Amino acid sequence: MERNLTHIALFAALIAVLGLIPKIDLISGVPITAQSLGIMLCGTVLGAKRGFLAVVLFVVLVAAGLPLLSGGRGGIGLFVGPSAGYLIGFPFAAYVAGLVVERWQVQVGVAALAGAVLGGIGVLYAFGIPGMALTLGKSLPEAALLATPFLAGDLIKAVLAALVTQAIAQARPGALLSRA
Amino acid sequence: MLTLTSPVRTWAHRVPAWVKLGALCAWTLAMMRLEGIWLAGAVALVLALAASGGRVFFAHWLGMLRPLWPFVALVALWHLWLGDLWVALRVIARLGAAVGLANAVTMTTELAEILALLTRLARPLARLGLKPQVLALSVALVIRFVPVMLLRYAQIAMAFAARSPRRPGWRILMPVLLATLDDADRVAEALRARGGAG
Repeated sequence: MERNLTHIALFAALIAVLGLIPKIDLISGVPITAQSLGIMLCGTVLGAKRGFLAVVLFVVLVAAGLPLLSGGRGGIGLFVGPSAGYLIGFPFAAYVAGLVVERWQVQVGVAALAGAVLGGIGVLYAFGIPGMALTLGKSLPEAALLATPFLAGDLIKAVLAALVTQAIAQARPGALLSRA
Repeated sequence: MLTLTSPVRTWAHRVPAWVKLGALCAWTLAMMRLEGIWLAGAVALVLALAASGGRVFFAHWLGMLRPLWPFVALVALWHLWLGDLWVALRVIARLGAAVGLANAVTMTTELAEILALLTRLARPLARLGLKPQVLALSVALVIRFVPVMLLRYAQIAMAFAARSPRRPGWRILMPVLLATLDDADRVAEALRARGGAG
């Protein structure tokens, strides 16, 4: 019980920290705001339910006015702006990512990659694109076009999430609550 | 930790949080439908509300709208190309009025007040097994874990710098994560030793 609680809080904090750490330069010149990596990790490491709760906790704190989103953003304004869909989709993205790792009993790195792509990209874009369409007065295909530049970075993050999940499975198997 | 609440006290700080949030919900819904002169009036009203907090408050409020600029530029260019600049103006005005008021609510409401409201709203969840005290504890834990993780990051980055002239980059992501996972385990043990999390 206490362990679940502290790990949920830790991963909520991890999402915030990944937005604060200035640069994780993968390919030079491509600045990666690693926040969506945190969302993926919440699911793949904590599992569906706990990952969902961790991300809800993070999103609630952002809404309450803590500047935890990358670039020091926060507050309710974000939930009526163009990125509202993404924020609302964050917990569901983590849930689906976690569900894949829990249910698909293959090697954990493979399952984590599939979960991160399906949840962290598929589900997240399914929330984010209608959000942009609604707030920017665009049709869905137009909004989808606006989201495509982020796809390459998000694929890299999915691979990174899989590697990190795999490494946690090896170094701290007990901490991999999605397979506990 | 720094919050987004404005240190400049305004009349709006004294309005209860639920009133402000309720008004904001109604406002946001209205913004999706307003057109023409009514929309212009709404934008003027938001500007007037923000200006009523004084010059320092207003400058801070304008600064919080900065993340919107890329979207504003994008929408403006898009519709400039299509030749219907009025549509762009309407989209930008709706967005600005909605986000502007929401930011003003954030700036005039203390974090503690919002968290108290959230705890009250979450009370029905107790039946599903989410006790209010557990919610409060987890919020406190997140806020405390952020500086702890940054500290671990700084420590491991320094250890790396002692061994290598290169920048640490992504190499230290794993050690930082493992160190903080161990921290989380120790915090869990400490909580249990003190009678558990409720």
